[in-house]
Amino acid sequence: MDTLSQLANGFAVALTPMNLAFSFLGVLLGTAIGVLPGLGPALTIALLLPITFKVDATGAFILFAGIYYGAMYGGSTTSILLNTPGESATIVTALEGNKMARRGRGGAALATAAIGSFVAGTIGTLGLTFVAPIVVDFALRFGPAEYFSLMILAFVTVSAVLGNSAIRGLAALFFGIWLGLIGVDLQTGQARFTFGILELLDGINVIVVAVGLFAVGETLYLAARHRYGKDEILPVKDSLWMTREDWGRSWKAWLRGSAMGFPIGALPAGGAEVPTFLSYYLEKKLSKKPEEFGHGAIEGVAGPEAANNASAAGVLVPMLTLGLPTSATAAIMLSAFQSYGINPGPQLLMTQSNLVWGLIASLYIGNVMLLVLNLPLVGLWVRILAIPAPLLYGGILVFATIGTYGISQSPIDLILLYILGGIGFLMRKYDFPTAPVIIGMILGPLAEQEFRRAMTISQGDVTVLVTRPLSLTLLVLAAIALVGPYLYRRLNARR
Amino acid sequence: MLTRRDMMLATLAGSTALAAGWSSARAQAIDTLQIFVPAAPGGGWDQTGRTIEAVLKANKQINTAQVTNVPGAGGAVGLPQFVNQWKGRQNSLMVAGMVMVGALIANKSPVNLSQVTPIARLTGEFEVIVVPGTSPHKDMKSLVEQLKKDPGSVSWAGGSAGGTDHILVGMIAQSQGVDPKKVAYVAFAGGGPAQAALLGNQVTCGVSGWGEFSEQVKAGKLKALAISADKRVAGVDVPTLKEQGIDVELFNWRGVFAPPGIADTDRAKLTKLIEDMAASKAWQDELAKRDWMGILQTGKAYEDYIKSENIRIEAILKGLGLA
Repeated sequence: MDTLSQLANGFAVALTPMNLAFSFLGVLLGTAIGVLPGLGPALTIALLLPITFKVDATGAFILFAGIYYGAMYGGSTTSILLNTPGESATIVTALEGNKMARRGRGGAALATAAIGSFVAGTIGTLGLTFVAPIVVDFALRFGPAEYFSLMILAFVTVSAVLGNSAIRGLAALFFGIWLGLIGVDLQTGQARFTFGILELLDGINVIVVAVGLFAVGETLYLAARHRYGKDEILPVKDSLWMTREDWGRSWKAWLRGSAMGFPIGALPAGGAEVPTFLSYYLEKKLSKKPEEFGHGAIEGVAGPEAANNASAAGVLVPMLTLGLPTSATAAIMLSAFQSYGINPGPQLLMTQSNLVWGLIASLYIGNVMLLVLNLPLVGLWVRILAIPAPLLYGGILVFATIGTYGISQSPIDLILLYILGGIGFLMRKYDFPTAPVIIGMILGPLAEQEFRRAMTISQGDVTVLVTRPLSLTLLVLAAIALVGPYLYRRLNARR
Repeated sequence: MLTRRDMMLATLAGSTALAAGWSSARAQAIDTLQIFVPAAPGGGWDQTGRTIEAVLKANKQINTAQVTNVPGAGGAVGLPQFVNQWKGRQNSLMVAGMVMVGALIANKSPVNLSQVTPIARLTGEFEVIVVPGTSPHKDMKSLVEQLKKDPGSVSWAGGSAGGTDHILVGMIAQSQGVDPKKVAYVAFAGGGPAQAALLGNQVTCGVSGWGEFSEQVKAGKLKALAISADKRVAGVDVPTLKEQGIDVELFNWRGVFAPPGIADTDRAKLTKLIEDMAASKAWQDELAKRDWMGILQTGKAYEDYIKSENIRIEAILKGLGLA
């Protein structure tokens, strides 16, 4: 009851005209930057930090939270339409979403992404409102050993995107892991595979790789085949909106995606990408039409999109309950708190209750605004697909290039983009799947760092991975996920 | 995007400033100040740069400022640009600090801070050593005893290897006759995950800037064993390392530098600008709000300080096996 009255109080704060305007501005800006690859919410909020000298704290945070949620919505749009992920958390969305768009189902893909984001964002915000303290207690029990085991579980998801040949898929995976290793090693400070190039010391941005392989590589491939008269893009087939079957296949995926995204997002080192991988894998395994995966299965959009939006709410859990910044965006938001002389910590909820509850209430409002803003845009967005193919391909390349340059204004990133685009083209031509590269690049370094942390703490004792109950549970889950389907099929066949 | 536009604006501003210098009175010493931040927006250097901008504007010491961010490798990516492309440019300042000294040494950078023009050291943050609230360690003495007995059994959570936190751990180990290479240092990317590891009792102790841990300490979730300041700090009820028999002090300092090859008069003008700013109430307010310690130092003293920091940090990084 106490929570409810505080939430009501929060709504009173968030519903003032000024704060509503900030929320709207935030979600609008967030959608826009989410659409642009490269310019993420962290950078945008950082560039907006100077407004903290002018605007009051509540207004500023409602604006920032709107940008954060909005970016998660916007990121899916370009993933689906142009195969160009705007954020690392929407890379998985491109896998099925872009295939759907090419088959004339772009409207349904955008709609399931938008509604799924709304459902997941609302579930996540409800979680943030009511169960945050419990989730945080659980999250703190995750040490390096548990994170390593979680990454092992996440690695199983690669099997869902391996394609026809396991060898080709694994080659792609290891290429991705290698890309992830480039840069200064956090644990020893040594440069790895940087070839003396200073710009590589901080590693390669995963967005550059995703845009290079997906957008540039795929576009080059399609453009190369275009002269043979095979144009696969259909703007709209059948109805623009979701059919009854789409709804039936989406709603469970939304709920499952939210259930995975929120707790993993709340883990201090969980991140937004891991739940999208897990959700994609789960949906493929549970789907009644697994053969559609890889050709545009709607569950493959609904689940991961819900997962990434729920994780966005999850990230706010440790930030608002403990003052822990667990993502780049949260870290920037915390530095904004400091500009107001507010020191975010475990007492934030008590000392700044108006601000925090106003912020949480604005998330509910922002979510509704995003849905209202994005659904009508679906009809407009899909028209992009009606652009004649040569112009569309040219446009995608320009868009990908500008977006990449926006990340760091570094020419090195542009060179990398086109090298990776060339590699993506060759991979596509010789039938290597590109998704494992991304999974390897994100999970490989995480798994490596967590393993070495666990070993440093345990003084080299590998058994910590199985003697800690949580870690063991995760490893068992990974084993089940890996051999379970195979055993199940064997048992069924025998019967 | 930023850089090229900034360069055009800089030339433009340079020429207008020149013209203005003749015509108008010297009431306004600098029209447009260029601030070069060799880090991404949002971090400590960026906040320092943007706070300088806001305070100078509020004090009407400048009309406007342009901030250029060139992030990467603790400043090792930005510095060569500042040394080569910004050479001789008036009214320009780069924000840098102790982290850059370490990053340049660790990455064997071809350029270093002796190639730029030191203007002023502005702020410093001391470090704090904390343990989880339920830890058996009550002071540095018991922690150091365990460290001496079995270095590997004390795990330290902190920032990236070779950074300020790691350097402090190395200094503490060295001062106790423990080989720094044997220390179980666990590097985390950013303060959030490191704090989570401490709150979840995953590591023995943690090292970071005071601001990072202060709220957790106030809430009793973490216990502060020692700070790395030279003497007790008002409002912080934590003993120093020196008080507890560990002869180590460390400030994560931040300061400003002008490009190489500027005229002495320009250097004097920038020094005056920063000295006036540091004395202003607006700046003092910002320091209090952000928990920064004002440790202003300019001129020859600052130049010598940079030199001694270089030598000191190189020795520690060698001890840690990083240089």
